[in-house]
Amino acid sequence: MKILVGVKRVVDYNVRIQVKADGSGVATDGVKMSMNPFDEIAVEEALRIKEAGKAEEVVAVTIGPKVCQEQLRTALAMGADRAIHVETDDQTQPLTGARILKAVADKEEPKIVLLGKQAIDDDNNQTAQMLAGLSHWPQATFASEVVIDGDTAQVTREIDSGLETLSVDLPAVISVDLRLNEPRYVKLPNIMKAKRKPIEVLTLAELNVEVAPSVTVLKTSTPAKREAGIKVESVDELVTILKEKGLI
Amino acid sequence: MSKVLVIAEHDGSQLNGSTARAVACASQLGLDAIDIAVLAADGSAVAEQAAKLAGVATVVLVQNPVNENAVAALLAPQIEALASDYSHVLAPSTTFGKDLMPRVAAHLGVPQISDIMRVESATVFDRPVYAGNAVITVEAPEGLILGTVRTASYPAVAQDGAATIETREVSVTLPTHTRYEGLKTSGSGDRPDLQAAAKVVSGGRGVGSEENFSVIYGLADKLGAGVGASRAAVDAGFIPNDHQVGQTGKIIAPELYMAFGISGAIQHLAGIKDAGTIVAVNKDADAPIFEVADYGLVGDLFEVIEELEKAL
Repeated sequence: MKILVGVKRVVDYNVRIQVKADGSGVATDGVKMSMNPFDEIAVEEALRIKEAGKAEEVVAVTIGPKVCQEQLRTALAMGADRAIHVETDDQTQPLTGARILKAVADKEEPKIVLLGKQAIDDDNNQTAQMLAGLSHWPQATFASEVVIDGDTAQVTREIDSGLETLSVDLPAVISVDLRLNEPRYVKLPNIMKAKRKPIEVLTLAELNVEVAPSVTVLKTSTPAKREAGIKVESVDELVTILKEKGLI
Repeated sequence: MSKVLVIAEHDGSQLNGSTARAVACASQLGLDAIDIAVLAADGSAVAEQAAKLAGVATVVLVQNPVNENAVAALLAPQIEALASDYSHVLAPSTTFGKDLMPRVAAHLGVPQISDIMRVESATVFDRPVYAGNAVITVEAPEGLILGTVRTASYPAVAQDGAATIETREVSVTLPTHTRYEGLKTSGSGDRPDLQAAAKVVSGGRGVGSEENFSVIYGLADKLGAGVGASRAAVDAGFIPNDHQVGQTGKIIAPELYMAFGISGAIQHLAGIKDAGTIVAVNKDADAPIFEVADYGLVGDLFEVIEELEKAL
């Protein structure tokens, strides 16, 4: 069994982003970039399934400019066997991304595609569901536990009302949530080893993928900021204020 | 005639409060009509609740035993069949809507706009990115527009409407590859729903343990408040996941939010910035939560809660 796992390069989660003054986007020059944290969890889960003897190969895939190969190297250093880089300099929106991943999945024929539930830059939370929709495959989103049992997977999902369990036939798309696992640290010798692992580079044309209808971003702005209020000295003072405001 | 269809979220008997908020967003589009789709096994009770939402013209009731539980792979083809009568289809941006709508969009070959927080026109919308640290204004391409509504950005519409309920047969082939196995709820009992509560008392890592969370529940019960938590508290196993507030948990807009032992990571702040009044109690005077709190109190949360309970 093969697992395909998606990896996206995003602004590191610790960075306090800055909106460009001309409203054209978020400043990314000289900003630390990393693998989307949800994708790290997806890679880790793929590796754990392989290490449990339930998969033979883990293939990492990314979409974006050449520099995204840094994140593929991270996935390889974590333990992925090989990687696919779909190279494009254009911003890829979720529906196009899903089309690309479908083309890669058609070629690779994985039993499971693991993706992060959302990327922490555009916060769309769409690509996994769209890939599943395009492929007419089952989807199990926001996974906090994945149990592979032959040709099916039991997936526990974190939803607003609690923990839901779905049973899905494979092949399936699974999007992962924060509590699924804790990704491993990459060890130095593995970083060296990862440099020798293969990365296949493909284009949209080679995959026969057309860019999907897209939304146009008209502008990027800074949201209205909440101002810091006051510090109160005592519980009595707090209670007096909250009572005055009719809140308690 | 352009119409919007809002997909109702419900549990089979009760309409979820997020639906009335999505209708509020739909009413900003300035279209000819707002309809609601209720997909259920037996949806008559939910349809009647939906028919009361102000501004709704028709409740489209689709009854099918497979709709007993909300499974995106089964709901999506049915919504796709309904969508052809509409210019817009919206759902709340809850785990229900987020799971469902992108799949519908993929089937229909159109993009989906996530977390609509402001309607500028019927085709232009604002939505948050980077955990709410930036807002983008996007224009949808020609054709059907699909979106999810950031419910914290919209107050629920009133319940004085009287829409027509129309039962519709949808005959589409549904897949058998996905089976609902069960739901484990945290059983918060009579406490108000976190996403609808006017007051929320929330605890973080500083609470220290699952046992200690009883003081958070105690104060919440005294105030008639819902109970929230930071990711750190959920990760540590102090409290179940459905209480998590933040970028990847629930985005809430209560009148009063009280944070105890929560440092205030940007991911958490993304979930509370629409709260009316934020009160923060933390022993670390430099905790980032104080940068957004209206009223901050530096001190031991257990002592503060004890005093609060006495003063209430």
